[in-house]
Amino acid sequence: MNAATLFGLCGAALVGLGLYGLVTNPEPLRKILAFNLLGSGVFLVFGVVAKRAAASGLGGDPVPQAMVITAIVVAFAATAMAIALVLRLLQETGRSTLSSDTSAATDTAGADS
Amino acid sequence: MTILSIFDIGLVVLILAVGAASIGMREAFSAVIGFVVYGLLLSIAWVRLSAVDVALTEAAIGGGMTGMLMLGAVARLRFAKGNDSRTSLPVRLAAGILCALVAAGLAIAVLSPPEVIPTLAPMAMENLPQSGLGNPVAGVLFVYRALDTLLEKVVLILALLGVWSLAPDRMWGGIPGLRVYAQPNSKLTFLAQLLPPVGIVVAVYMCWVGAKEPGGAFQGGTVLAAMWLLVMIAGLTSVPSISQRWLRLLLVAGPMIFLAIGIAGMVLANAFLAYPAGYAKPLIVAVEVALTLSIGVALGLLAAGPPERVQRP
Amino acid sequence: MRLVLDIFTVLAVSAGAFFFLAGTVGLIRFPDALTRLHALTKVDNLGLGLVVLGLLPQANGLFGALKLVTIWLLVQLSGAIVTQLIAGTVRQHGPRE
Repeated sequence: MNAATLFGLCGAALVGLGLYGLVTNPEPLRKILAFNLLGSGVFLVFGVVAKRAAASGLGGDPVPQAMVITAIVVAFAATAMAIALVLRLLQETGRSTLSSDTSAATDTAGADS
Repeated sequence: MTILSIFDIGLVVLILAVGAASIGMREAFSAVIGFVVYGLLLSIAWVRLSAVDVALTEAAIGGGMTGMLMLGAVARLRFAKGNDSRTSLPVRLAAGILCALVAAGLAIAVLSPPEVIPTLAPMAMENLPQSGLGNPVAGVLFVYRALDTLLEKVVLILALLGVWSLAPDRMWGGIPGLRVYAQPNSKLTFLAQLLPPVGIVVAVYMCWVGAKEPGGAFQGGTVLAAMWLLVMIAGLTSVPSISQRWLRLLLVAGPMIFLAIGIAGMVLANAFLAYPAGYAKPLIVAVEVALTLSIGVALGLLAAGPPERVQRP
Repeated sequence: MRLVLDIFTVLAVSAGAFFFLAGTVGLIRFPDALTRLHALTKVDNLGLGLVVLGLLPQANGLFGALKLVTIWLLVQLSGAIVTQLIAGTVRQHGPRE
């Protein structure tokens, strides 16, 4: 197995890991973190595609590499936006989670009455 | 098995372990610290994939900037009423199996590469000599796929507008809620006085060298943003209110100059975002300089968050 | 001459890696924040110094060597100050457990 394949498998595992965190963790901030992990796994798979397509005496295909750079910056912009949303949620409701389950709903009702 | 492949295996194990830890940690603070470490380890993986430009970006933005944003959020969320009920075991088990399936599918795709590996490298390299650039990634960013780069800068500004518009109406045009630790003559003040001159030189160097070696506007801009944030957090300069004209001009300067040169290309070189023969390199360097400034300001403001105070008259 | 320099690099970088390992063991094993900081700063600074020293003969000319030394200085500076800041916070608010 060469280095590119190894890092490709690492990227695949990271995607699974990030997806798991995104689904199972109730806190929005942790979901954002998991989503970033998922994204970086996808970028890594992309980097492996670039490495395999090495041609013209380069270490890798520069087109996917440039796209990953663009993607990292866009992912940061989206993360900043998401974190601002979570903090606004905190400002408005005083809680850090989206209360969809019943225990949290009764909790709010109790606080109101 | 060579020493390098042992190193690679160790690196992959470490990346997966730190990644899993930052997903599984109970405390949000530890999870974010784990994420920063993960970003730095990942940038070493990028070096091993011969993508030094990506490694620099990942270390600066993926690890550093994102980590700082998340740490700030953790500090604010510390006393929030959380939802202690963790997802139940059957749900976690089902999610785990499904996610493992997704990962396995991707792994199969990685393990079975196509017979003829598609590559755009020759096409990108073909256009490189005309542009006078030596770094193929910069060539792709500013010549071959210049439209992507332009739109990405617009995305950055749109995201900033999104963050700003999350502020309550009465705060519009106010001062971002960056936490400032202004204690005069503290060690932080010392760092904020000593580091920025060095940091600015590093940023200029990265932007300049990006034309022929790894580096460029993104990486330089991130270093600039970090220096600006350091100076603001130490309280050496005040956080500017977002209605300042110079701030908004700096924000749009990069994309505007890029766009202007692109439109000029329609007249002078018969295509949008094409550079007239012989002037490609100076024009690209001019765009990169403007973009470095704009990226620095945009990243800094994204990290500073929505306005939370109104400037006293 | 080349061989001597290469052997020097291997020795110095290995020594540096050993100190990093020792510092990390300290970070994991020591009981509270201040002693952990002590382990990290003392041992890791030495480790980084040895790694940079070992890499100097392999540097890409004088300019490359200068870059390595600059990196070393920057890590020393930021490491020392961040450690002071963390230690100050621990002293003020007590360790977070």
